[in-house]
Amino acid sequence: MDCVQEYIELFENNRTLIDGPCCKKLNEEREKAFVRFKTEGFPGLKDENWRHTNVAKKFATNFGMDLGRKSATSNIKGSFTCDVPNLKTYKGYVLNDNFVADENNRLLPEGVIIGSINEIAALHPELIGKHYNSLAEKGDSTVQFNTSFAQECMVLYVPKNVVIEETVQIIALLQTNVEILTNRRLLVIMEENSHASLLLCDHSATERESLSTSVTEIFIGRGASLNLYELEETTDSNTRLGNLFVRQEHDSRFNHCNITLTNGFTRNYVEVVLDGEGAETNINGLAIGDKMQHIDNRTLVDHRKGHCTSNELYKYILDENSTGVFSGKMLIRTVAQQTVSQQTNRNLCLTSCAHMYAQPQLEIYADDVKCSHGSTVGQLDENALFYMQQRGIPAEEARHLLMYAFAGEVIDNIKLEALRERLHILVEKRFRGELNHCKGCNLCK
Amino acid sequence: MENLLEIRNLHATIDGKEILKGINLTVKAGEVHAIMGPNGSGKSTLSNVLVGHPAYTVTEGEIIYKGKNLLELAPEDRSHEGLFLSFQYPVEIPGVSITNFMRAAINAKREYLGQEPMNATEFLKMMREKRALVNLDSKLANRSVNEGFSGGEKKRNEIFQMAMLEPTLSILDETDSGLDIDALRIVAEGVNKLKRDDTSSLVITHYQRLLDYIKPDIVHILYNGKIVKTAGPELVMELEERGYDWIKNEN
Ligand SMILES: Nc1ncnc2c1ncn2[C@@H]1O[C@H](COP(=O)(O)OP(=O)(O)O)[C@@H](O)[C@H]1O
Ligand SMILES: [Mg+2]
Repeated sequence: MDCVQEYIELFENNRTLIDGPCCKKLNEEREKAFVRFKTEGFPGLKDENWRHTNVAKKFATNFGMDLGRKSATSNIKGSFTCDVPNLKTYKGYVLNDNFVADENNRLLPEGVIIGSINEIAALHPELIGKHYNSLAEKGDSTVQFNTSFAQECMVLYVPKNVVIEETVQIIALLQTNVEILTNRRLLVIMEENSHASLLLCDHSATERESLSTSVTEIFIGRGASLNLYELEETTDSNTRLGNLFVRQEHDSRFNHCNITLTNGFTRNYVEVVLDGEGAETNINGLAIGDKMQHIDNRTLVDHRKGHCTSNELYKYILDENSTGVFSGKMLIRTVAQQTVSQQTNRNLCLTSCAHMYAQPQLEIYADDVKCSHGSTVGQLDENALFYMQQRGIPAEEARHLLMYAFAGEVIDNIKLEALRERLHILVEKRFRGELNHCKGCNLCK
Repeated sequence: MENLLEIRNLHATIDGKEILKGINLTVKAGEVHAIMGPNGSGKSTLSNVLVGHPAYTVTEGEIIYKGKNLLELAPEDRSHEGLFLSFQYPVEIPGVSITNFMRAAINAKREYLGQEPMNATEFLKMMREKRALVNLDSKLANRSVNEGFSGGEKKRNEIFQMAMLEPTLSILDETDSGLDIDALRIVAEGVNKLKRDDTSSLVITHYQRLLDYIKPDIVHILYNGKIVKTAGPELVMELEERGYDWIKNEN
């Protein structure tokens, strides 16, 4: 019996258990999503979008899922604070796939809602009814898998004209002594002219095989802006399937940076729909791989209205036997005149065993646009290395300086100074091999 | 005077092609040697072999520096032992600021010598002083190494680095090429200010004009991988008048 069939049976045999703790909206959407998962299964290598990332194989492990919500009661706070020096944060925790609120939090501005969808849906049914799964609905079968099994969704709602000064930090942690599969969900609604910064930390404190699917839906209203920083610090035995769907209205702004600092097998999908004139989106990524790590970033920037700007910068540094995949699509629809769109992908392969598959895609249907894209794969500059050695810098350190300089361009795009500085230090440590391989979080060390 | 550098019967190849075909050269502490010769003679090859560039293979001969077998030292250790090359074509290093670059270099050297890293204040003071020596703009110091620098700025940056590292033997590979007369003067004066009684230089150049400022004790002509003539400073004038053709015809 293949693993798709096993998941189908697991779902069908446990429907009451799955639906039990969940709000109506979650259960309605899972019904539809499951129909699609059941017919489509997992994508194979023949699927154009998954050519280099064998995800079906990853699901074949005999994982446990916490359908009975057992880990919901565990307490991770205190033992796992994940503080960034000099960065004021409001914290939320996701333990495996359960939301755990932090009672130590300061008050948020009036009207801001943060918490579990299963509580919020009762108070604001229209808000949840309108937004949940509305962007992810058309996602691929891995997204449908997540929607089928998700029992929790963390919600952040920022009302009109409200600015959250503190950074909202959501710390996701895997804590388990069995093989585990988690399905995480996040819904962010930014009303008109609101502003927030969101830091998502993805950690793993287990050496067991683990797989996390995550689906994040973000709505950014007219004139609103959101900074979203995602940092993965997991282990060799972790698989991450991230899906991010963003819809932007008029004059809104979205700044995104996704950093894979340590991982096992990762696929991140980012889809940004520019659905109002004057919207701006900046999406950045940094992937650092070594050993057998696999990092696949796939992006789609969909220009649906005119006068929008998109900038994209993804960089990979691949050492040893690691593999990188980047596939970035810019879609400029017929009506999207006066689009300014730029995509850059730069990759370093440090060994002959490291592999990079890069595929920029440009689809332009409008005629009055400024678009550019470029992708390169190279090695460290031998001449620069020798120049540095001649000045007395040992070969290994010269390599680190060059790698760090290469990565720095992405980190420099981060708007929060405290986070930027912290990441500079972390990346440098990562190259020096000084990162304590995730017995917890490195942000605060 | 004691010998700082002794090159004996040095043969070197690149990509299997022999470029240096038996070089013999002795530099004593305190001496300035000029090495002249037509393009393609092997001058840059000799410089690169001295500082241990991995693209070149030494097939025969030896190099003794400060009484040690130089060929056994890693490039960074040669640097720590006081060997400095002002590159004919300085390399651009995007994303690495001159300040960070120099800090790494200085502290690596100090570690090699068993000294503590330099503190930040001391280091910045030293940067300022040495920059002044070659009129290097303070704005350049925060920029990436050589990135977007003009030809003159690159060469001044080389001499600035030389000032920071205080080498015992400096090799200046066509440091004058591409410089206008003012820049040439600044660079040459910088080199002269750095000269001490116990430091030596190999000044590689095509033209007389640099040697108007930096006075050599001994002048060599390198041609086709060999030193074909060695004489006093008067050889510079002779080359200036007669060009290189007579050398080519005689060899
Ligand atoms: N990679 C290479 N393979 C073969 N020959 C080379 C290579 N690099 C340089 N050469 C040759 O080595 C010779 C010496 O070059 P170089 O040392 O740069 O001379 P110079 O500095 O005196 O002008 C030249 O004839 C050049 O063509
Ligand atoms: Mg040369």
